Amino acid sequence: MITKERKKWSIAGNIVLGFLAFLAVMPFLLLVIASFTDEQTAIANGYSYFPAKWSLDAYRYLVNEGITIVRAYGITILVTVVGTVCSILMTSMLAYMLSKEGLPGRKVLNFLLVFTMLFSGGQVPSYIIYASVLHIKDTIFALLVPNLMMGAFSVILVRNYFMNSIPKELLEAARIDGAKEWTILYKIVIPLSKPIIATIGMMTAMTYWNDWQNGLYYLNDTKLYSIQNILNAINSSVQFLASNSVTGVRFGDIPSNTVRMAIAVVGILPLVIAYPFFQKYFVKGLTIGSVKG
Amino acid sequence: MKKKKKGSKVRFSHWIPFYLMGVPGMLYLIINNYLPMFGLQIAFKDFNYAKGIWGSEWCGLANFEYLFKSNVAWRITRNTVLYSLAFIIIGMVVNVTVAILTNEIISKKTKKFFQTLVLLPHLMSMVIVAYLVFAYLSPTTGLLNSIIKGLGGDPINWYQEPKYWPFILVFVNQWKGVGFGMIMYLSTILGISEEYYEAATIDGASRWQQIRLITLPLLKPTIITLLILNCGSIFRSDFGLFFQVPQNQGALYEVTDTIDTFVYRGLMLQPNMAMSSAAGFLQSVVGFVMVMTVNAIVRKVDKSNAIF
Repeated sequence: MITKERKKWSIAGNIVLGFLAFLAVMPFLLLVIASFTDEQTAIANGYSYFPAKWSLDAYRYLVNEGITIVRAYGITILVTVVGTVCSILMTSMLAYMLSKEGLPGRKVLNFLLVFTMLFSGGQVPSYIIYASVLHIKDTIFALLVPNLMMGAFSVILVRNYFMNSIPKELLEAARIDGAKEWTILYKIVIPLSKPIIATIGMMTAMTYWNDWQNGLYYLNDTKLYSIQNILNAINSSVQFLASNSVTGVRFGDIPSNTVRMAIAVVGILPLVIAYPFFQKYFVKGLTIGSVKG
Repeated sequence: MKKKKKGSKVRFSHWIPFYLMGVPGMLYLIINNYLPMFGLQIAFKDFNYAKGIWGSEWCGLANFEYLFKSNVAWRITRNTVLYSLAFIIIGMVVNVTVAILTNEIISKKTKKFFQTLVLLPHLMSMVIVAYLVFAYLSPTTGLLNSIIKGLGGDPINWYQEPKYWPFILVFVNQWKGVGFGMIMYLSTILGISEEYYEAATIDGASRWQQIRLITLPLLKPTIITLLILNCGSIFRSDFGLFFQVPQNQGALYEVTDTIDTFVYRGLMLQPNMAMSSAAGFLQSVVGFVMVMTVNAIVRKVDKSNAIF
């Protein structure tokens, strides 16, 4: 039964959440409109929700300079796919080992995993080791390696899922039938763990797609720049566009105020389109995280 | 090898496939996590790229002396801690309020629709957020200055005026985080049995009383646990937020420079390995002490949420 008072609260909830949703969306709207604004209008009147003159010049420029953007897109997609697949494989294999009861040394191995959540060497030694011991600077590994496995927490989530949600009898039966552990992991455990694997996979993919820090630290070669690195480079210097131009435009000729917005739009478009489909995994991810054992 | 387990006499070869599966992950932890831990010793060394971490000369506490003699140490510690505290406290109040109000919405569809939109900023990288902020605050083309000019005021050079930034950063952080931050509270609220509310309604309790006397008390463990856990990372800051959103503007350092942005600059922009490594070392060690303390407290309060 819904009382009148209950309805009032619902209206209050609608108003507050509606306002927050409005706040969440408005900046993106401004970004999109700014990218469709005429450059001269943007210079004269600034960015606006209601520009006096619309224009496709920013996107026209991007199409002309296509190769830089397309290559950056390619790198982002490559890094996201390869990074996510490798992360999931490494995470689930490690989690499977740690989920095995009775494994000699399991406690020590578990401790080694958890300890990485408690203590970290920080950015300075990490940078020196990656840059001057492992030499990942200016290679594609710079964008791949530092984000692998997403930290100990995701391994623990997967391990707990393996331990609590997969019937041990099933694994025993497969072993009695002579199945190898690898086969059991890929044919039984991983398919049965789809919810958690999908959640971890989504989080990992988003981390790779959004990563700009590794490029900031380890890339000088602009040919390896992902979309986020390009955005970061333009943010610190709009000159970046002219100095990396393939068509040889001069800086003054670039509709720079609107182009930077257009690139940002291009960068977030796939995420925004895919978002409604994977939104539920986010919510699930956090709630799974809250019932760890 | 637990006694209660029946397979305690299995041959060692039985375990080999499991160990092999763990190799890539453990190897990665060694390279990505454990090597840098040992690398922390550079804070006590006069670092030289040619000699590397292990070959450089020891220099005692010289790096720390150097760091504390500058006035930066105080600035970055103060900024890091104060922003962390502001984020934790404001985040808790706002996220709990929003979670409760979300739960009040009767229509499931509207609830989901709003939740989806509010979560959208969480998806974006800080670079994108910096672009969004720039669209409003750009001194030449920003929307806010257009509005100020339209109202007859003088335009503000936002990226050169430190006094606005504590507010801007807190706002941006909350704007980005509210959708994600409230999920935890909302799932706790959804877990509260409907029967409590029904019984309270029959007894004539108003909705406000129900929230005050049922929802909030049952949320308390979640609130306390999250508060304590967040305090564990009080000496860490979101590098993206403090580096990207203020566009790394020197004029703003007084209120935007945190340990993480300082370490980055000393490492990459104006190389100053001595200060960077000393600050990084302190952050790691103090961070460790904080996490251990916090975990010990959480174990007392609510064991199921402790890290170990």
